[in-house]
Amino acid sequence: MVHIVPEIIKESVTNLVKNGERTDGRAFDEYREISLETGVIEKAEGSARVKIGNTQIIIGAKPQIGSPFGDTPNVGVLMTNTELLPMAAPNFESGPPDENSVELSRVTDRCIREGEVVDLEKLCIVEGEKVWMIFLDLHVVDYDGNLMDAAVLGSVAALMNTKLPEAKIIDDEIVLDYDNLIPLPINDTALMSTFAKIGDELIIDPSLEEEEVMGARLSVGITQDGNICAMQKGGEKTFTQEEILKAVSIAKIKTAELRKLLP
Amino acid sequence: MIIIITNTNLGTGTETSGRADNRAFDELRKMKIEAGVLERADGSAYLEIGGNKVLAAVYGPRELFVRRLMQPNKAVLRCKYNMAPFSVDDRKRPGPDRRSVEISKIASEALTPAVFLEKFPRSTIDVFIEVIEAEGGTRCAGITAASVALADAGIPMRDMVVACAAGKSDGKVILDLSEVEDKEGQADVPIAIMPRTGEITLLQMDGNLTEEEFEQALDLAINGCKIISEKQKAAIKNRYGDE
Repeated sequence: MVHIVPEIIKESVTNLVKNGERTDGRAFDEYREISLETGVIEKAEGSARVKIGNTQIIIGAKPQIGSPFGDTPNVGVLMTNTELLPMAAPNFESGPPDENSVELSRVTDRCIREGEVVDLEKLCIVEGEKVWMIFLDLHVVDYDGNLMDAAVLGSVAALMNTKLPEAKIIDDEIVLDYDNLIPLPINDTALMSTFAKIGDELIIDPSLEEEEVMGARLSVGITQDGNICAMQKGGEKTFTQEEILKAVSIAKIKTAELRKLLP
Repeated sequence: MIIIITNTNLGTGTETSGRADNRAFDELRKMKIEAGVLERADGSAYLEIGGNKVLAAVYGPRELFVRRLMQPNKAVLRCKYNMAPFSVDDRKRPGPDRRSVEISKIASEALTPAVFLEKFPRSTIDVFIEVIEAEGGTRCAGITAASVALADAGIPMRDMVVACAAGKSDGKVILDLSEVEDKEGQADVPIAIMPRTGEITLLQMDGNLTEEEFEQALDLAINGCKIISEKQKAAIKNRYGDE
């Protein structure tokens, strides 16, 4: 399907950016209003609702006991799954995850995994036999641009909100003590900042309108020490080396600001 | 107006109800409805009743790409019911299962009679029900929220469909079964009505009831629907003001 509207607005949005302005009046390095709540789902062991502008994701974390992977017998498992719900945008369809949904899951997973947000080794119950598996489900209910940053921010918040029953081994059996809930072991709070390239400019937290006209996109994941833990380039246009380095240095400042929103 | 049905198993009032959450036999769980909660959707609603949290969104009338579903003289209304993996105690695998496919079908059929579909030939109205958290009675919560979302989308309707269940638990006929009452109960009768005429657009039943008990359950559920209907109207008035 040809998107007619973006072709029409492309010129005006691009010209605005050329003059240092954005359609909603934000500065190039300014996020939209963000709201973050945790513990919104009582039946989930951890949960969060994040809104960046009108983009909204509800995230739930649910633990299960399962077998570890063969090559990491003493490490717990983290599974990230995204549903781009058809209610979130007129062009989202129900059915198995499409490539955008898989990319969102995998980049979110990468930022959390490589940023070592969860101490997965502490989730081992019996080495080589039983470990905690944490299922992180991202329910995208309203899509108005920049799902990536919302997904990582909400996921980290949901993980920080997660409590597991204590797993004890009594007579070779695993006993779960629901009276003794322990918070998930959190090591780091890696977060992500995404930039859209419109013309020759980089703008942070692109809105839907900006995403529709952007040439390329760059997401940068930063740990709380300011190191880079994940990156993803998207879109058909290119970046120069300088642009990428500039994005990294802005991302370091902006993720530090986002971090203050975490519980 | 609320008409109290006397239940043969009961005296009156709350203290003798014996329900786990101390509700009277004809009392609904605490609920709230909000219209217009999503930006992108043409219409949307958020509903909480007891521990249930449900989002509904409407797109349309819009072009229907699936040609074989197209109706030359009217729109089709397609409803999709889906549960979030984290909405239940044990994580639900994402994607449709037999239960959600059936609920999608009966929800479409419950809403269809109220909508002036003949005004939009060859097009579709898509209704999405997302269960964010489930605690018994999600199909009724979903249908009730979907009607508010349809109204919020400005779709012309004869009436706002409203749904509610009654059933039997602990040997008593009661209104609006909670998760525990549904699991341990003997029967569940979810219905949807168009409150202006009282016409029933959805009826399901499972369990075991005598004819008298069924009649009581149906009366209870219809009264429950009428109470919820007022909350639906209030949600729309809240969003758009009194006309």
